Amino acid sequence: MAARTLFDKIWDDHVVETLPDGTSILYIDRHLVHEVTSPQAFEGLRLAGRKLRHPERTVAVVDHNVPTSDRSQPIEEAESRNQIETLERNVKEFGVPYFPLLSSNQGIVHVVGPEQGISLPGMTIVCGDSHTSTHGALGSLAFGIGTSEVEHVMATQTILQRPAKNMRVNVEGTPGAGVSAKDIMLAIIGHIGTAGGTGHVIEFAGSAIRGLDMAGRMTICNMAIEAGARAGLVAPDETTFEYVRNRPFAPKGEAFDQAVAYWKTLASDEGAHFDREVTLRAEDIGPTLTWGTSPETVLAITDTVPDPAQETDEAVKAQMQRMLDYMGLKAGQKIAGTPVDVVFIGSCTNSRIEDLRMAAQIAAGRKVAPGVRAMIVPGSGNVKRQAEEEGLDRIFLDAGFEWREAGCSMCLGMNPDRLTPGQRCASTSNRNFEGRQGPGGRTHLLSPAMAAAAAVTGCLTDVRELA
Amino acid sequence: MEKFVTLSAVAAALPEANIDTDKIIPARFLKTTQRTGLGKHAFDAMRYLPDGTENPDFVLNQQPWRKAEILVTYDNLGCGSSREHAPWALLDFGIRCVIAPSFADIFFNNCFKNGILPIRLPREVCDELMGDAQMGSNARLTVDLPRQVVIRPDGEEVPFEIDAFRKHLLLEGLDDIGQTLNHEASIATFEKRLDQDKSWLPTIHFD
Ligand code: SF4
Repeated sequence: MAARTLFDKIWDDHVVETLPDGTSILYIDRHLVHEVTSPQAFEGLRLAGRKLRHPERTVAVVDHNVPTSDRSQPIEEAESRNQIETLERNVKEFGVPYFPLLSSNQGIVHVVGPEQGISLPGMTIVCGDSHTSTHGALGSLAFGIGTSEVEHVMATQTILQRPAKNMRVNVEGTPGAGVSAKDIMLAIIGHIGTAGGTGHVIEFAGSAIRGLDMAGRMTICNMAIEAGARAGLVAPDETTFEYVRNRPFAPKGEAFDQAVAYWKTLASDEGAHFDREVTLRAEDIGPTLTWGTSPETVLAITDTVPDPAQETDEAVKAQMQRMLDYMGLKAGQKIAGTPVDVVFIGSCTNSRIEDLRMAAQIAAGRKVAPGVRAMIVPGSGNVKRQAEEEGLDRIFLDAGFEWREAGCSMCLGMNPDRLTPGQRCASTSNRNFEGRQGPGGRTHLLSPAMAAAAAVTGCLTDVRELA
Repeated sequence: MEKFVTLSAVAAALPEANIDTDKIIPARFLKTTQRTGLGKHAFDAMRYLPDGTENPDFVLNQQPWRKAEILVTYDNLGCGSSREHAPWALLDFGIRCVIAPSFADIFFNNCFKNGILPIRLPREVCDELMGDAQMGSNARLTVDLPRQVVIRPDGEEVPFEIDAFRKHLLLEGLDDIGQTLNHEASIATFEKRLDQDKSWLPTIHFD
């Protein structure tokens, strides 16, 4: 057989049938469901008199809307409450396994899946959420789908897809001080652009990626969608197997060994064809952040804000100027030293225990700068509990951070955690679109350590100065 | 789903690249449990001023583009989230066809599932169509799906590509669950093999 990529292998293994026009019916091993993109799908099933083909291959969780403050009180916002209650009715009616709000296992769907061993290597995983690409860090083919497709998966346990093209992004070398997976991924997106991966599945490879722990790999794959890719992947290796072992829903004993034997066959073959290949050197990447309202507008913390006058394309020039105006920045100004109002550490990109440890290292023994609101929103109830066992909550609380309950929170501001117009936020999330964190809000995407540095200095700061 | 065969309509030009799904429909409007009713919030931040009144400078607030059924933009339309609320909002506003040099994958898919036809055309062609669009109701564009052409006001025909299966579904207004269930036997066979070959694959049961 011809040499195949990791993507090719998982794909081939899940094709039920290929239709004459080249569309495949692709089998889905795991379907993750949340409250925002599922109500219309359940409604569709109900109207058509259909059931879930495999509720036992499906898991539901609430995350987007949930309050991250005191949960002993009923949810205040009526529409949010309605969406959550609708999910609860639906999972009961259709028999779907569900982590309710008050479960310690509740959290952001892309944190919960891997943490529980619900997402495993070699699987096809879908969810009505674009950041499903996160689960690709395990070496699974995981991608976001729309609500009509959610309904399709519920009814058929399959999805209609055409094969994606293969792209490989290699990051070689050893990252320098203050450089984490987030900095690497922002640098990659800056390099290939937000449409750089369109139509492709990106496999992340190279020594710097191999050297990352699973949380770091999840940060990378999480943002594959920000590079336009359909999915991101990292080949499963010992780091992956060790991570998966003993997770609550992972196979155990002999079944685990069988699974590992299979997972080991998945890595891309020597000589497999990639339609596009890009290589970056880890040593060239410094602490990185965004300046504009698209994730590709990245710069190093030591850089100055770019000047639209240097652009030749009129449309690009106009768009850059619009971004500068929206962000309240001037061409040529140093990005470091820009004051921030809010710091948000959380989201499916950076809310795992490893992320919180990085932030705590910077926060320890320091104070949040006066006038800055800094919040930590763990990715799941389990992350929160573990952080408390390690005493990280004390470090944050002593420094003046808010220590909150798990959920999406200010990543998209569907719950009350929102920016007000003009507020500038150093955020560990993944999207800096206009209004994403609240109407008129200004978002700078950066790593947990850089976010913590901004919190304690009150401005965008090179984290290496605090190390 | 409504069929899409031909459409002759006013087109609106939004000469921007990377119009993301947050721009098409901001997250705070995603709390609905319905597919309809989002049209009034389509392009909310561009369409309304901070005090909630209409922004008179925004094209979809101007005549005749309030009735636009075709939208022409630059690259990477619909990037960002997977929310199908984006095509629902467009559809509820009245948009049945979107034309751009390129689209984000999930958005592109989601359009088809809702009877919206996304058409990829080169940037230069989009520029020309934007020029037509700016002429307003004197310059309707016609989209002929069976023949796969966009017909400009001067009669020039611009051909476009579309994959045969999706074209068929749009023309017939078919939802694809029914189509896939015609292949139920293959799915069942696949599942039998799956149980044998990957017996380690856990299913999820809560007590
Ligand atoms: S944390 Fe943000 S990006 Fe992640 S799933 Fe929630 S809303 Fe989406």
